[in-house]
Amino acid sequence: MRHLRAVNQKAARIEAYVAHETAQAAAAAPADPKDPDMLDVVGLRTPPHEEDGPHFPLGCSLVFAPGWEVDSQGGTAGLCQPVERDLFDCHLSCFWPAHVPDQLNHAPDWTGKCASAQKDWRSIDLVFP
Amino acid sequence: MSGTLAAAGPAVALREFHAFEAHGARFLYLVPSAGIFRLDEVAAAALDALASGPRARDQVVGELSARFGTARVPEITQTLDELTEVRAIGDIGSPVHQVANDLPPADFPLNTLVLNVTNKCNLACTYCYEYGEDKLVDTRYGAQPKFMSEDTAEQSVDMLLAESKGQKVAHLTFFGGETLLNFPVLDKTVAYARRRAAEEGKRIEFSLTTNATLLTPEIIRWLADNHIGVTISIDGPKPVQDGLRVFHNGRGTYDVVLPKIKELLATHRSRPIGARVTLTQKNLDVLQIFRHLTEEIGFWEVGLAPVTTQDHRDYALTDESKDAMLMQFEQLAHEWLDCALRDEHHGFSNVKDTLEEIHKGVSKAYGCGAGLGLLGVATDGGVALCHRFAGSEEHTIGSVEAGIDREKQGRFLVDHHIAAKTDCHTCWARPICSGGCYHEAQVRYGSSSRPNLHYCTWVRGWTHTCLEIYGALAEKNPKFLARFDA
Repeated sequence: MRHLRAVNQKAARIEAYVAHETAQAAAAAPADPKDPDMLDVVGLRTPPHEEDGPHFPLGCSLVFAPGWEVDSQGGTAGLCQPVERDLFDCHLSCFWPAHVPDQLNHAPDWTGKCASAQKDWRSIDLVFP
Repeated sequence: MSGTLAAAGPAVALREFHAFEAHGARFLYLVPSAGIFRLDEVAAAALDALASGPRARDQVVGELSARFGTARVPEITQTLDELTEVRAIGDIGSPVHQVANDLPPADFPLNTLVLNVTNKCNLACTYCYEYGEDKLVDTRYGAQPKFMSEDTAEQSVDMLLAESKGQKVAHLTFFGGETLLNFPVLDKTVAYARRRAAEEGKRIEFSLTTNATLLTPEIIRWLADNHIGVTISIDGPKPVQDGLRVFHNGRGTYDVVLPKIKELLATHRSRPIGARVTLTQKNLDVLQIFRHLTEEIGFWEVGLAPVTTQDHRDYALTDESKDAMLMQFEQLAHEWLDCALRDEHHGFSNVKDTLEEIHKGVSKAYGCGAGLGLLGVATDGGVALCHRFAGSEEHTIGSVEAGIDREKQGRFLVDHHIAAKTDCHTCWARPICSGGCYHEAQVRYGSSSRPNLHYCTWVRGWTHTCLEIYGALAEKNPKFLARFDA
């Protein structure tokens, strides 16, 4: 790097990592847009790894939302929660903006008036995109 | 605005970092990676341009080329690439890389074991977290034995050696109560630990904390001969020490400990001796305390920590006092810097500890190593998160006899991970702080898993000062930083 100088040990590791990634990218063959893998739409599974055995999605169900297909242990007991519980279960990691606002980027304070979801969910702010 | 963006390509925005300056140079402390980069003038100008809000990348290039000249456009685009690569800026549409909330591996080694060899103390310091109003364990009438037995201490050593796994060096710390009240067990345990470590092909380092009242020439000789690191709990000059650190009859301890400490400092030269000061509302002249302990008494290092207590105690620090404390810490930190620029020693250990973490770029998932690389052992052999929780049933995760309860430890590691401390997720100081001390949180909020929000402003102020000191050293005496390389 020419315009940023690594000062501490972590910065030196970041610089080495960036250099390594850049070299890897330069060495890799350019992507072929006709490659069927490049057109594959991958949702809820990152990376695709069928060969590694069953995949437990960690996101919400697409069909029965809100709810979960399986829990993180692969079980199915007690999946659906009352919707007000789901608000806080999902709001940090949810991929689906229809559920809850994007707290990390656009609406950091949307739950500011809601200390307890079960009691205060009526006072949650409306958030407009 | 949207028309401009559409015409000029994707918009870029600042990502998470804390900017600081030192000796006219500008630096970035990246969050959460904790990498520190020095900016050249183009990089600094690019960040200044984006400080007023996201812009199309081409627009930033245009603004900067108006300032630096069109001949430097390749340099400008390269700068934007570099800032993107280290994640100081990013396309507004691209996802922010989240840190994986990985838990430590199951075979994480134990590095330090702290043995509470006794829960008795010959002093009655009013602010004491172990005996005072904020105590977690009934040390007077509780079920815990007053002294750790030789068997329990030996079992602790065995556990430390086994749990230190592949590590060649393990650390055993003796704590109390007043540690020296159980000197016979200390003596036997050190000998036992040395023998057992040699059998395992490992080395054990020893340290202890004491109030110095029970030091004798024989004990001082023993400490020196055994290379035992000693930390003395002492609060400052006579009026300060005698006001807070008193015997049970109320008599001050200064005149008792001073000659003993001087003898210790003169005799025990194998390890540097440190002083550990508790700052309260009643002793806040940090500079006076520091000078007394280093220049007049001769301690090599002095570490200062604010008292752990609830807000309504009369010795609890007020917000104004925390500000005053920070100002004095800053003054000492700058004195420390002046010495470091001349390659000289200065005994303010608080700044040294923080600088070491800054230099390595630690980004902590936990406020400290308690419950993971460091554990405490109560007098009955119960294994606690750390020495401050020794004897507290809620915070006990096994025993030296039965071993560490991995399930309970696992739950602790999930509950106390920075990922669970949502209040911390927007704070730039979280790589260093990570929510702070579990015991402080337990006393303040009744739960060890809560972040210590009452210290946020103070922690950010202190971290910023230490970053400035670090930047100044990087500019003026970079070879000094190699001392933190290990």
